[in-house]
Amino acid sequence: MEFAQQLVNGLTLGSLYALIAVGYTVVYGIIQLINFAHGEIFMIGAFGALSTWLVFFNGNTSVWVLPIMIIGAIASSVIVAVLMERVAYRPLRSAPRLAPLITAIGISVFLQELVRLGYNNPLLFLSTWNPFDFPSAKQKVPFPQIDVVTGAAFNVGGVVIQRSTIFTIGALIICAAGLFYFVSRTRTGRAMQAVSQDPDTARLMGINVDRIIIVAFVIGATLAAVAGVAQGLQITNINFKMGFLAGLKAFTAAVLGGIGNVWGAVLGGLTLGLVESMAVQFIPGTFGGSPWKDVWAFAILILVLVFRPQGLLGAKVVDRA
Amino acid sequence: MTVTEPAAPAAEAARRVVLEAAGVTMRFGGLTAVDDVSMQVREGEIVGLIGPNGAGKTTFFNCLTGMYIPTEGRVTLGGETLPPKPLKVVRAGMARTFQNIRLFANMTSLENVMVGRYCRTSSMALTSILRGPKFRREEAATRERAQELLDYVGLADSAEILARNLPYGDQRRLEIARALATDPQILLLDEPTAGMNPKETEETMHLIFKIRDSGMAVVVIEHDMRFIFNLCDRVLCLVRGTVLIEGSPGEVQSDHRVIEAYIGGDDDEEEDA
Repeated sequence: MEFAQQLVNGLTLGSLYALIAVGYTVVYGIIQLINFAHGEIFMIGAFGALSTWLVFFNGNTSVWVLPIMIIGAIASSVIVAVLMERVAYRPLRSAPRLAPLITAIGISVFLQELVRLGYNNPLLFLSTWNPFDFPSAKQKVPFPQIDVVTGAAFNVGGVVIQRSTIFTIGALIICAAGLFYFVSRTRTGRAMQAVSQDPDTARLMGINVDRIIIVAFVIGATLAAVAGVAQGLQITNINFKMGFLAGLKAFTAAVLGGIGNVWGAVLGGLTLGLVESMAVQFIPGTFGGSPWKDVWAFAILILVLVFRPQGLLGAKVVDRA
Repeated sequence: MTVTEPAAPAAEAARRVVLEAAGVTMRFGGLTAVDDVSMQVREGEIVGLIGPNGAGKTTFFNCLTGMYIPTEGRVTLGGETLPPKPLKVVRAGMARTFQNIRLFANMTSLENVMVGRYCRTSSMALTSILRGPKFRREEAATRERAQELLDYVGLADSAEILARNLPYGDQRRLEIARALATDPQILLLDEPTAGMNPKETEETMHLIFKIRDSGMAVVVIEHDMRFIFNLCDRVLCLVRGTVLIEGSPGEVQSDHRVIEAYIGGDDDEEEDA
């Protein structure tokens, strides 16, 4: 029974990690950049959903509001991700690999602080203009609890299944199916595969590599935004730091599955979620319980890096001729 | 400078010039890899490019395809100056294969050729997701055309095999099919028979004749002299970045300078790439 309960918990957590991890892995697969600001894209998705709700539906928790919130979340994440690529990463395309990595960390801090200081005060020090009466993001901000996807949990033979769990796992299934279709069955998806395998040859096939890179960022941002909404519904509140730990965990998941490999990211996310939940439940004594769950998660990262650096499904091998 | 063109058959002179390189020079720092090379290629013509290792053949190819921007000189395709960007060059109608095979190794043969169709199709990321009828039609047409091209080069049965699992000769042919998928006016082949056995070489020759007969212009770099002299209508010999001689296979074959460049030169030049 406890095992089944932790299985459900682990899959929920894992789905969230998987949705975020895809963003790391897709971008890495194309330009070998570990985009450490991706966790912030997830956070911005959550705030985008909240803002959409505050602007258009304040107080309304009907279920039809949810799709529009998700669209709002995706729009804000995608805009920020594309701007980030354009302003911060593209100028560094031919720089040594350390430069964009450090830039990514800088952007991560920048975006956190921007939300913390600017959410209820978009013009910052210029004025206190706040047309929609957004709450301050310096503390936790309550996330709207939408009907149907939140509320009383289901109890299946003693296993508690939250409604948000179903939303999260369902979102992962839909996103993964969409991604599979996109990558393997469409012109742009094929171009993406081609660029990740050999950018120079892809260029000679008339593929605009810059555009494909943007597509990679858009895909990552879309999935991260969905994850942001799922997280908001689960935890019932959001905050400006939520992207940091979630981003690190998702990065771990991406490495675990084999960075650069999209299915590896999904598998790695689910595995990491399960390991974390099981460790909390079944490791006895001092090292058990939730205070140690992050330790176990990152212990896995270290073990993977030592014993199977290519990850479960094998990373994209970078070879530059 | 370019040696004057040999007396070509009258029909050939009337054909449209597809590719013209005028005074192409490529320097890397102090090294001049290609020095003032000029070349004309007409529709339905096979031009061979020979020369000892390090003569600048591949560098010259890279200048033609926009991978390198020539230090001096101009390349025109169908009368228009080529933009120095590979993705625009291919749209303008030039396709190439590589000396060391550069397929998308983890995609199937069919997918490789479909990627080649990229520049001739237009459906965008968003329409692909929304699956408009135009997208479905275009996708089906792309697949059909890719299969046709696989049939054309003799790989009809290998469509679903990953490119890296194909036998070596088939990989070379797949590269040609992928290049043809871009609907080129001119096809540039960099050592298409390197590492092939005599039978595969023979098949490749027939394939290139077939491509030529469809009206396309072909430029071939090759080390295999017998292959090049049997195949080409015209041969250019490059030595140390400059054109040593240009002429019919017979003329080039019997030119003592060519023989000297290959045999009388440094002794490290006989190993094949």
